[in-house]
Amino acid sequence: MLGRRQVLAAAAGALATPSLVRAEETTGVTAGEIRIGNIMPYSGPNSAYGVIGRTEQAFVRMLNETTSFAGRKINFLSYDDGFSPPKTVEQARRLIDQDRVAFLFNPLGTPTNNAIQRYCNQRKVPQLFVATGADKWGNWQDFPWTMGWQPSYRTEAQIYAKHLLAERRDFKLAIVYQNDDFGKDYIAGLRDVIGAERFDKVTKTVSFEITDPTPDSQILSLQSSGADVLMIALGPKAAAQAIRKVHDIGWQPLRYLTNVSLSVGAVMQPAGAEKGVGIITSGYLKEQGDAAWREDAGMNEVRAFVRQWMPEADLNDSNVVYGYGLGCTLRQVLTQCEGNFSRENILRQAAGLREVALPVLLPGITLQTEPQDYRPIQKMQLQRWDGASWVRFGGLIEGASV
Amino acid sequence: MDGFAHQIIAGIATGGIYASVALALVMIYQATHHVNFAQGEMATLSTFIAWSMVEAGFPYWIAFAATVMLSFLIGVLVERLLMRPVQNAPVLTHVGVFIGLLLIVGNMTGWIFGYTTKVYPSPFTSSGPLMGGLISAHELGSTAVTLVVLTLVFLFFRYTSLGLAMRAAAYNPRSARLVGIRVGWMLALGWGLAAAIGAVAGMMVAPVVFLDPSMMTGILLYAFAGALIGGIDNPLGAVIGGFAVGVLENLAGAYVVGTELKLTVALAIIIGVLVVRPSGLLGRVVTSRV
Repeated sequence: MLGRRQVLAAAAGALATPSLVRAEETTGVTAGEIRIGNIMPYSGPNSAYGVIGRTEQAFVRMLNETTSFAGRKINFLSYDDGFSPPKTVEQARRLIDQDRVAFLFNPLGTPTNNAIQRYCNQRKVPQLFVATGADKWGNWQDFPWTMGWQPSYRTEAQIYAKHLLAERRDFKLAIVYQNDDFGKDYIAGLRDVIGAERFDKVTKTVSFEITDPTPDSQILSLQSSGADVLMIALGPKAAAQAIRKVHDIGWQPLRYLTNVSLSVGAVMQPAGAEKGVGIITSGYLKEQGDAAWREDAGMNEVRAFVRQWMPEADLNDSNVVYGYGLGCTLRQVLTQCEGNFSRENILRQAAGLREVALPVLLPGITLQTEPQDYRPIQKMQLQRWDGASWVRFGGLIEGASV
Repeated sequence: MDGFAHQIIAGIATGGIYASVALALVMIYQATHHVNFAQGEMATLSTFIAWSMVEAGFPYWIAFAATVMLSFLIGVLVERLLMRPVQNAPVLTHVGVFIGLLLIVGNMTGWIFGYTTKVYPSPFTSSGPLMGGLISAHELGSTAVTLVVLTLVFLFFRYTSLGLAMRAAAYNPRSARLVGIRVGWMLALGWGLAAAIGAVAGMMVAPVVFLDPSMMTGILLYAFAGALIGGIDNPLGAVIGGFAVGVLENLAGAYVVGTELKLTVALAIIIGVLVVRPSGLLGRVVTSRV
C-alpha cells in the first residue's frame, strides 16, 4: 500500500529533480536570494565578539534595503557556537548540509575555524575571511578554500621586532603572553626577525592563563629579570592590568602592545591614560576614540550606519568597526561576482581583490589578494600612545618573508 | 631576594580579593550548608548595578549602600522563588539550580550591560604609589573593608539572637523548627546576607580586575580554595585562607611550577585539603552519631 508519506516524498522528489542540476552549480543561490552562513560566539566566555556578528547582520539588513546583487537579496544565517569547536563543527554541518549556504563568511575564532577547515575544503565550500589573526589562514597550497582577512599576529610581531632592532643595538627582551595560539604567535614572530640564537639568549618569557585574575605576578618576575624591553601579548583586560602594574612599580621598559588590545575605551583608559604613555602598537583599523578620525569621512559613514541600523551598538567597541569592514568586503566580493554566484567564482573573486580601499582601514592600507596570496591585509602602521590617543608614526610596514 | 618579597606582597594584594569572595562563600554555606556556584555571577550583577548608579551621578557610598540593600533583596528573592520549590529535593537538584543560575545571571548581565570592559571607581586613592607600587591604595582599602565585613559577620553570628537562630536553622533544621525558629525565612535571610557580602566583594574586586560580565569566573575558584583551606564554615579561616592562596599561588607560579600551572596549584589545594583535612585549618570537625 502506498502511504501518504511516500506519495508526498515522491511528489517532492519529482518537483526537486529539475532544479537539482542547477543547484549543483550554484548551491545556496535561488532566483531571489543568496544564502550565506556565519558562525559566532554569541554566548559563552568570548561572547563580546558576538558584536561582530550583529554588526554584519545589520550591514546585511542595510544591503537588502538599499541594493541587490543581480536581483538577489542576502539571506544571512548566523549561528552561535559559544566558541566551542565541537559546536562549530555541528553548526558548519548544519549550514552546509541542511541550509545549503553558498559559502561561510567570517566565522570567528582560531580553534573553532581549525575544527571546520578540513571539512570546508573537502566539500569545496569557501570559508572566507575568517575572523582570527592566526598565521595559518594564508596557506593557499593546502587549504585553497580557506582565507583570512586581518594581518596575522606573527606578521605583527615581526613588525615590532624590525622596529626594535632599528631602535636598540643591545636589549634584554621580556614577553608576557597569553598561553594559547594567539600569544605564542608573538614569540614566533619576534624570534623570526631577531634570530633564534640571539632570541634565546636575551629573552625571558612568562605565560598568562586567561583564568588568572591578574598578570601582576608575571610582571614582577619579568621586571626582576632585568629586561629593558617588554612585549605584552595579552587580551584586552589583562593587557590593561599589565600596563597599570608596569607603571605602578616604576619599571620603564620600551613597551610593545599587541594590536588585539589597542582599544582606547577598553584598555588604555581603564589602565589609566597617563600610565601607557610611550607604548608602541600597530594598527590597520581606525579607532572611534581616536581624535584623528573625528571628522573622517570613512568613520562618519560607520557612525551614520550605526545610528540608523544598530542604534544599540557601542561605537567605542572596535568590534563594530571591524564588523563594518567585513560587511564592506562582503559587498565587494558579491559585486565582483557579477551575477555568477557559483562557489568557484565566489572564491575566484575573493582571491581577486585589487587594492580595495575600505572606509575603516588606515589610509594607504587596502585589501589585496591573488590566487597565490591569501592574506588580504598585510601592512600595518606603528603607533605610539601619547596619553590621549594613538599617534601613528613611520610608514606602513610589512612583515618579514619567512 | 627583592623579587621574592615583591611576589609575597603582590600575593597578599591579590589574596585580599580571594578573601572577600571566600567570605561570601562561607556566608552562604553557614546559612544553607550549600556552596552557591552562582555566587560570583550574582556579585558581578550587583557590581553592575552599583556601576549604573555611579554612572547616573550618585555619590560612591550612596551607590554602595543602595547596592548592598538591593543585592540583599535579590538574594532573598532567589531563595524564595528558585530554592524554595526544591528545598526537599536531593543535593544534585540544588547543584543543578546553582549551575542554571550561574548561566542565567551571567548571560543576563552581559545582555543588559554589554561585554565591553568598564572602569569601576575606587573610593580609596593616594597621591603616589605605596610601597614602590607593589600595593595600591585601593588594595589596602579593600583589605580593610574585608576585615570590617569579617568583624560584622562574626559579631552578628556570635552575639545576636538572629545570628544564633540562623546558625541553628542551618545546623539542625528540625530541632530549630521545634523551638520556634522560622527555618524557611532563616534560609532566605542567609541568601540575602550572602548576596550582600558578595556585592561588597564585587565592588572591591572590580577596580582591580575591571568590570565585565566574566569578572568573577577566574576568581571564584581561587576563593573556593581559600575558603576550603580556612574551613568552609569559618569566616576568619576563609579570610586567612584567601590571603594564603594569593601568596602561595604567586610563589609557586614564580619559583616552583611555573606560570602555566598556577590554576593547578589552586585545584591541588582544594583536593589536598579535602583529602587531608576536610574541615580546613580552622573549621569545626563535624561528628554525628549514626
